[in-house]
Amino acid sequence: MTFDYSQTFRGSSGLPNLDNVPGTEMRYRDAFNLTLRQELDRDPSVFVMGEDIAGGAGRFEKDGEVSYEEKKGFKPLDAWGGPFAATKGLIQDFGTDRIKDTPISEAGVLGAAIGAALTGTRPIVDLMYFDFVTVAYDQLLSNAAKSRYMFGGQTKVPLTMFARSGAGTGHAAQHSESFYSMLVHIPGLKVVVPSDPLSVKGLLSASIRDDDPVFLVNDKKLINLNGFVPDEEVVFELGKGRYLKRGTDVTLIGMAYTSEICRKVAEKLEESGVSCEVVDMLSLSPLDEDIILESVSKTNKVVIVDEDTPMCSMASEISSIIADKGFDYLDAPIKKVNSPHTPVPYNRDLEFSFMPSEERVIKAVKEIVEY
Amino acid sequence: MEKEKLRWLFESMYRIRRFEETMLEQTFKGKSMGVTHSSDGQEAGPAGVCAHLTDKDWIGSTHRGHGHCIAKGLDTKKMMAEIFGKSTGQCKGKGGSMHIADFSKGMLGANAIVGASIPLAVGAALSSKYNGTENDSVGVAFFGDGATGQGVLHESMNLASIWKLPVIFVCENNHYAEATPVEYAVSIEDISDRAAAYSMPGVTADGMDVFDVYEVAGEAINRARKGEGPTLIELKTFRYHGHFHADDPKKYRTPEEDEKWKDRDCLKIFEEKVIANNSMDLDSIKKIKESIDAEMLDAVEFAEKSPMPNIEELYSDVYVKYKD
Repeated sequence: MTFDYSQTFRGSSGLPNLDNVPGTEMRYRDAFNLTLRQELDRDPSVFVMGEDIAGGAGRFEKDGEVSYEEKKGFKPLDAWGGPFAATKGLIQDFGTDRIKDTPISEAGVLGAAIGAALTGTRPIVDLMYFDFVTVAYDQLLSNAAKSRYMFGGQTKVPLTMFARSGAGTGHAAQHSESFYSMLVHIPGLKVVVPSDPLSVKGLLSASIRDDDPVFLVNDKKLINLNGFVPDEEVVFELGKGRYLKRGTDVTLIGMAYTSEICRKVAEKLEESGVSCEVVDMLSLSPLDEDIILESVSKTNKVVIVDEDTPMCSMASEISSIIADKGFDYLDAPIKKVNSPHTPVPYNRDLEFSFMPSEERVIKAVKEIVEY
Repeated sequence: MEKEKLRWLFESMYRIRRFEETMLEQTFKGKSMGVTHSSDGQEAGPAGVCAHLTDKDWIGSTHRGHGHCIAKGLDTKKMMAEIFGKSTGQCKGKGGSMHIADFSKGMLGANAIVGASIPLAVGAALSSKYNGTENDSVGVAFFGDGATGQGVLHESMNLASIWKLPVIFVCENNHYAEATPVEYAVSIEDISDRAAAYSMPGVTADGMDVFDVYEVAGEAINRARKGEGPTLIELKTFRYHGHFHADDPKKYRTPEEDEKWKDRDCLKIFEEKVIANNSMDLDSIKKIKESIDAEMLDAVEFAEKSPMPNIEELYSDVYVKYKD
């Protein structure tokens, strides 16, 4: 790597910029797909499994003729390429052994991936919607996260999982979860939350190369976000947050899409003379306590923005860290902006009232800025 | 059958029996730090299946896993030390009776969530197929009749079938899931009938006769090694003890039922057969027993004399690497 991309964000004042780095503007989803390709190319023990990650179970095609059985000279072909095209085109280039469509069997598939990881391969599992984690939760909690510890360190579980989270797309209660804390709570598991195309690249590569089980959460609202991605390899250190903007009056802490909200709020408030510092957590387990405390020690005021429901959420955890280790820094109460303690509603007006919004963050900042 | 193989089968079964008896004695003396689940009575299953496996083959196991561990070649000293919670234990005293694993022996771990190790064996077989090593690395999923009520078994059998993986599903039907009789909890008489739903062969074997288990398992494992896919084997068997060390099975089983099964004890059947066909003599059987009896005393002594883990071990091995 040319320099530490994990601490850069294009266009933010006061931060290193990437103007002279070779790279491309692309969507978050394209960065995800390209990074998967790069990692599949790099390590033959990496393979991907999930429901409809190819779709059509990888039919075969030659010169426009489509076959439902493997035939000589025919290449596999995808129908979907995964939800939101995360794995589009991969089966054509990597074949049916490495891009493996599965039945709708989250527990069986995740369990098999764990068994494969325990025996020398490096599987990646697409669980589709984040909500479906609970269908496979026993395998995640009891096998993926605990095998190393309960077997006395004999083994490792180099497994990567990903799924699409978040409200805001009308998917309603069972396809819109953001329960990060239900994963972060598990010792033995790591959880990362990219917030733009660059961090997708850096965190996905790092997750796949990591020897522990890592869950990468894709917030649906970010999937078409554009951003700059360097051509060269980018591997973030797991457990490091970054500054999206430096400021002096209030710290805004975000994760995944709420980092984007914080960034926009900071820009707006700048115009009215309030200087916000924006911290993007990037990793929720391990959690970068240092960046949280460093920022709060300077601004003395903090708003934590988290789309998860409020009880036992990441916002609660970060609040408790600040209250415990940064109490003397505080000049105002810690403010949490979460979703309410309800399931995600379907109706658009209700749904947008449910999610943290720029307005709610601005309101929270105003409550403490003159405190 | 070769003399060496015969000897191995008997040694394995007798070692399991004596380990379970010794482990229970020690549990009642307060030496185990938690619950233990004895597999005495079921020895022919692990022995007859694992006789066909090498260290490169993988097995998944259950809360009643001591027999699988022993048949897969784990060290009884380290197993006993693990149950005693000692630092010299197979898992440094951090797993206990229900979580004994040895990855160097192809043992993916005893697993205390009923049914949860089944997909791990499927995953091991997936690794083999991915690496093109099906011929010398198959996966065996051991589970009880209780696990047949778990959805993950269905998912695992379907995956193994559609992907034609080298897996053998071995259901040790000991007729009780905790205290619930199989007749109450399972809708069919022979669990092996369920194989038809996954278009794989299903066979029921006499789980008290190691020769029957050996034959059926050998066929299934050969098929797997040749790339012909999975098999479901049901072993009709019986655990002599209760569900866990302090469980009294008289609360839910009749003395007649226990007697009926003990009449067909796997060690007894083995001895009768080998004596009748002159393939082993009483003297060599006696010598094996003496040697294993002594091994158990050594295992207890080793466990007894081993140190406790350092308290710092609480924090180790949660991750390969977490924070710098």
